Amino acid sequence: MPKDIDAKESGIGAASKRREDIRFLSGTGNYTDDINLNGQAYVHFLRSDVAHGRITSIETAEAAAMPGVLRIFTGADFEGVGSIPCGWQVTDRFGEVMQEPAHPVLAQGKVRHVGDPIAAVVAETAEAARDAAEAIELDIEELPAVVDMKAALAEGAPKVHDDLTSNLCYDWGFVEDNKAAVNAAFEAAAHVTSLELVNNRLVANPMEPRVAVGDFNRATGDSTLYTTSQNPHVIRLLMGAFVLGIPEHKLRVVAPDVGGGFGSKIFHYAEEAFCTFAAKALNRAVKWTSSRSEAFMSDAHGRDHVTKIELALDADNNFTALRTDTLANMGAYLSTFAPSVPTWLHGTLMAGNYKTPLIYVNVKAVFTNTVPVDAYRGAGRPEATFQLERVIDKAALELGVDPIALRRQNFITEFPYATPVAVEYDTGDYVATMDKLEEIADIAGFAARRAESERAGKLRGLGVNCYIEACGIAPSNLVGQLGARAGLYESATVRVNATGGIVVMTGSHSHGQGHETSFPQVIASMIGIDENMVEIEHGDTNNAPMGMGTYGSRSLAVGGSAMVRATEKIIAKAKKIAAHLMEAADADIELKDGQFSVAGTDKSVAWGDVTLAAYVPHNYPLEEIEPGLEETAFYDPSNFTYPSGAYACEVEVDPETGKVSIARFAAADDFGNIVNPMIVDGQVHGGIGQGIGQALLEGCVYDENGQLLSASFMDYAMPRADDVPFYEVDHSCQTPCTHNPLGVKGCGEAGAIGSPPAVVNAVVNALRSAGKDVTHIDMPLSPARVWAAMQG
Amino acid sequence: MYEFEFTRPASVAEAVAALNAEEAQALGGGQTLIPTLKQRLAMPTTLVSLSGVAEMQGIGLQDDGQLVIGGATTHAEVASGAVGTYPALAALAGQIGDPAVRNRGTLGGSLANNDPAACYPAAALGSGATIVTNTREIPADEYFQGMFTTALEEGEIVVSVKFPVPEAANYQKFVQPASRFAMVGVFAARFADGVRVAVTGASEEGVFRWTDAEAALASSFTPDAISALSVDPDGMIGDIHGTKAYRAHLVNVMTRRAVAAAV
Amino acid sequence: MTKVTMTVNGKAASGEVEGRTLLVSFLRETLGMTGTHVGCDTSQCGACVVHVDGKAVKSCAMLALEAEGAEVATIEGQAAADGTLNTIQAAFQEHHGLQCGFCTPGMVMSAAALLKDNPKPSEAEIRHYLEGNLCRCTGYHNIVKAIMAASGQDVSAIAAE
Ligand SMILES: Cc1cc2nc3c(=O)[nH]c(=O)nc-3n(C[C@H](O)[C@H](O)[C@H](O)COP(=O)(O)OP(=O)(O)OC[C@H]3O[C@@H](n4cnc5c(N)ncnc54)[C@H](O)[C@@H]3O)c2cc1C
Ligand code: FES
Ligand code: FES
Repeated sequence: MPKDIDAKESGIGAASKRREDIRFLSGTGNYTDDINLNGQAYVHFLRSDVAHGRITSIETAEAAAMPGVLRIFTGADFEGVGSIPCGWQVTDRFGEVMQEPAHPVLAQGKVRHVGDPIAAVVAETAEAARDAAEAIELDIEELPAVVDMKAALAEGAPKVHDDLTSNLCYDWGFVEDNKAAVNAAFEAAAHVTSLELVNNRLVANPMEPRVAVGDFNRATGDSTLYTTSQNPHVIRLLMGAFVLGIPEHKLRVVAPDVGGGFGSKIFHYAEEAFCTFAAKALNRAVKWTSSRSEAFMSDAHGRDHVTKIELALDADNNFTALRTDTLANMGAYLSTFAPSVPTWLHGTLMAGNYKTPLIYVNVKAVFTNTVPVDAYRGAGRPEATFQLERVIDKAALELGVDPIALRRQNFITEFPYATPVAVEYDTGDYVATMDKLEEIADIAGFAARRAESERAGKLRGLGVNCYIEACGIAPSNLVGQLGARAGLYESATVRVNATGGIVVMTGSHSHGQGHETSFPQVIASMIGIDENMVEIEHGDTNNAPMGMGTYGSRSLAVGGSAMVRATEKIIAKAKKIAAHLMEAADADIELKDGQFSVAGTDKSVAWGDVTLAAYVPHNYPLEEIEPGLEETAFYDPSNFTYPSGAYACEVEVDPETGKVSIARFAAADDFGNIVNPMIVDGQVHGGIGQGIGQALLEGCVYDENGQLLSASFMDYAMPRADDVPFYEVDHSCQTPCTHNPLGVKGCGEAGAIGSPPAVVNAVVNALRSAGKDVTHIDMPLSPARVWAAMQG
Repeated sequence: MYEFEFTRPASVAEAVAALNAEEAQALGGGQTLIPTLKQRLAMPTTLVSLSGVAEMQGIGLQDDGQLVIGGATTHAEVASGAVGTYPALAALAGQIGDPAVRNRGTLGGSLANNDPAACYPAAALGSGATIVTNTREIPADEYFQGMFTTALEEGEIVVSVKFPVPEAANYQKFVQPASRFAMVGVFAARFADGVRVAVTGASEEGVFRWTDAEAALASSFTPDAISALSVDPDGMIGDIHGTKAYRAHLVNVMTRRAVAAAV
Repeated sequence: MTKVTMTVNGKAASGEVEGRTLLVSFLRETLGMTGTHVGCDTSQCGACVVHVDGKAVKSCAMLALEAEGAEVATIEGQAAADGTLNTIQAAFQEHHGLQCGFCTPGMVMSAAALLKDNPKPSEAEIRHYLEGNLCRCTGYHNIVKAIMAASGQDVSAIAAE
């Protein structure tokens, strides 16, 4: 196998083993549900079992008198308390801001999706809370539910929010000024390929369900929330400032070990606010542990786009214009990032890897009586990639040309490249990644493998696609213009102790990404010390100064860059100390392998001597610099990063049953520089696993009344070990990012973005090999759907 | 879960007595019942565990050649213990759920529950087994009475099951992608005096015998013998995992595969 | 409340439980051994797998009272007393068979049960055996690889790192 990285033993580029594994492997991790506070009480939420209804009466007295019950809260207790805020405001194509409904902690008057919390029982035990919740007498007048997005937009459709003018959140056009030119290009096209498709609704399902433990200290008036979050600082800000009115200095949010997130743990949820609120009201710690069943109806879902995409080509098969029309489901309320996903994380990526000169994207975001929909691994970019790479494959079919050749012909080859959809790609080499893919996937050997499958009675198909993503989100000034209500910088404090050990407090959060291992590699390389001298602390708002959290493959690109900046300040100061110790000029000091030396002499002092001097300043330039060695930096990137790649999937289809199995999967990615290749591979594997899940297995389905049909693992198919093969992954194509100090691009979402179109392209290819006139099948490509497609 | 008393009798007689109590319920391996209790879909006041009843354990061959399996025997025990005597049954047991489920779930529990997508009902019906309870012996043809419904009376325990061993048999399971229960499972068995084909997962009526196929296979036990046959999609289950027509189609495919593998 | 007594990782353990107390609750809440996790309520995810009398079981689908007198082994008992990881644990670290770590206790316990029955499982056998253990992070690649490596098989030919 190609080993893309020379076998470095430590520091940047080394496949350092993860230190966090020791605690996870020995059962001594500290996940939120492992936290039990003295005197803690338990909450059980009474949730709506109808999709849409008016609460006509809610009678809690009897339930409140049951054994062990401390108090029952309803919407009335939250009158005057803030609404769960949305962090992004999209402006529509007419210059109007989106419609933004209130999102109460507990339902006020109406319920709007199955799972909407109505009341909360706090009791001595979880079972007692549940017993009492069952005893609450609730009357709901059921209202007609809107589930289908087209129906939701129809004239006279029932409204999810009575105070809004309709179920349309926004009608977004991008770039609106391009519209006429795009339409003209379609008029002039030699060929137009169009495709209607669904990007299936998914449930993130990190294996750890959400948990929240609220605590209150009456003596100090301080609130603490332990929560399963990807970004505790953001929760502190949203919940403190917008919902409960607690200033940051009186509110601590801790996200300890978190068992996966994939987006679903970015958002601020009602249960977090509730536990914090109730802990104060009752002066007791209050704990909520979600069951998986609750997770299905209360964690934000992902994707759920219905799209029509059209591609215009000239007579030489050059892409001349692209036009898309998407309905994006918002669910019943606007979750934290929801409005940004189908717009700025989707429209801006529609150029993909291609030099299509004219693009117009229209997105209508729609309220329905379903669980809120928000970012899920990739967020917007998988939706963009899927439609683009599917329509290109369809165009190749219609034109009778090789799909790889058609892509190559239209690749962007010069960088930086300003797309017609507002972003500028700094670097990339799409030809190189495609070359690498053809090699590692052994595309040349496909025909022989297909013949072999045919002998075994199976249809074999090959699917290839490219992807581009915008990661390392993001420049604050840019996202501010786009509607973000927060900045998207990151911060780090690097604290060097007297004996030279280092603690880094980062605003990035690790919930599987391995920051505790990879971040020290960076610092170790910068200073030239052992990785094990560096510890990472994250997840506690009392440590890092501020943090926007981990998502959008931003930890290393943004959080890591903040850490680099802080470490640069440390080194600069340490050099001054060293200069003083060696009686040399600051400018002559060099740092290598943990030794400070004076250029051109054999004088040197060790890292540890300098750090000791900083804290024991007996011989120290006190008049020039302060003692101590601790620095903080904030880093705000100047652009997104643009990882890209090319993926190939080979499937075998059982022609009798329609069952698809993944025979081979290969991924050639360009992530720029790599800090820990082992971790990067793992991120890609995981993403591909989820992408295959989306393509073949996963689908969140509501019936026409808004009842969730895929409400547990019994009906929501999660990828298992035998659904996937070993993946061939490569990241030796490296065009470093030009604008962050590490030259890194981010790798967390690539797999989930790049893999679904490869799978679907492969299945379509397989069916066509048997003469079936199939051009598209909507995901998930379940056996039943594939079989139905084969029946014509 | 609602609170309940827990008892673990050592004999069938004690278990029967314990089950006489108001709202008492048997607990086999708990692989269905415990998740059900967690969802608060059942409210027994007493759970009577059968795991300590020695006489309900184990696998043995009777003089008449029938294989007798205790009602509290786990799927894992059948998967390993019946390999030599009734390989198709052992293979079926080895396909139920996952290893941890097989280490707890029991034959009696599966047959008592009669989930329309469960595997064992296909084996019992396809083998023409006899369900032996604490009071009587019930032929499989009378035992299964539709989804989650059996001939068992309140408090009646599946003590053991007697399986006639066919000359050749095979179980083909096409899994529902999420639960991995059978979307369609077909147990085909050839006996000296005829063929039995039992289908699970597919029908709204629960496990059933596909008698048309049995007749055709009795004259020629080959996949081709049933190529042209089909079950009526009308009575099949249609859900988010597959339409009625798809399940009807799978019944034919899985039956042919079972016959091919059984020869 | 009833008293239940069992051996957990070789040590006697007992506590007062209700009839409905699950084995996993007894471990996590009564004994404070939080290494065993709960990831679902339909007994499908396998985060809770422990061994009872040498067999892998889902501790979320077994009552504590059913384990009366049993030998229970959990993730906490897998490493040596000085913390040295056992072969399977070490292979998971070596081959990056875990990310968030939430599924890991169940994976390790399932892998241990597999290797006891089948000391040199094939890739397909491992994948099949893990049917009841969900992992959302790793795409299973490195889990399967780690288990192969733990069984002494050469994994250098397996794709990528
Ligand atoms: C993840 C998972 C996957 C599964 N996959 C499959 C699958 O693929 N195929 C399949 O067939 N099954 C599957 N099952 C179900 C499993 O086989 C169960 O073990 C079985 O259905 C019930 O057996 P049990 O011994 O666990 O019974 P329990 O759950 O204890 O009881 C089930 C019912 O039977 C009653 N009962 C139990 N024992 C007796 C008895 N001896 N006499 C009378 N009544 C009794 C109980 O009172 C209860 O009503 C799966 C279960 C899980 C959790
Ligand atoms: S917690 Fe999911 S199987 Fe036990
Ligand atoms: S490592 Fe996170 S679920 Fe497996």
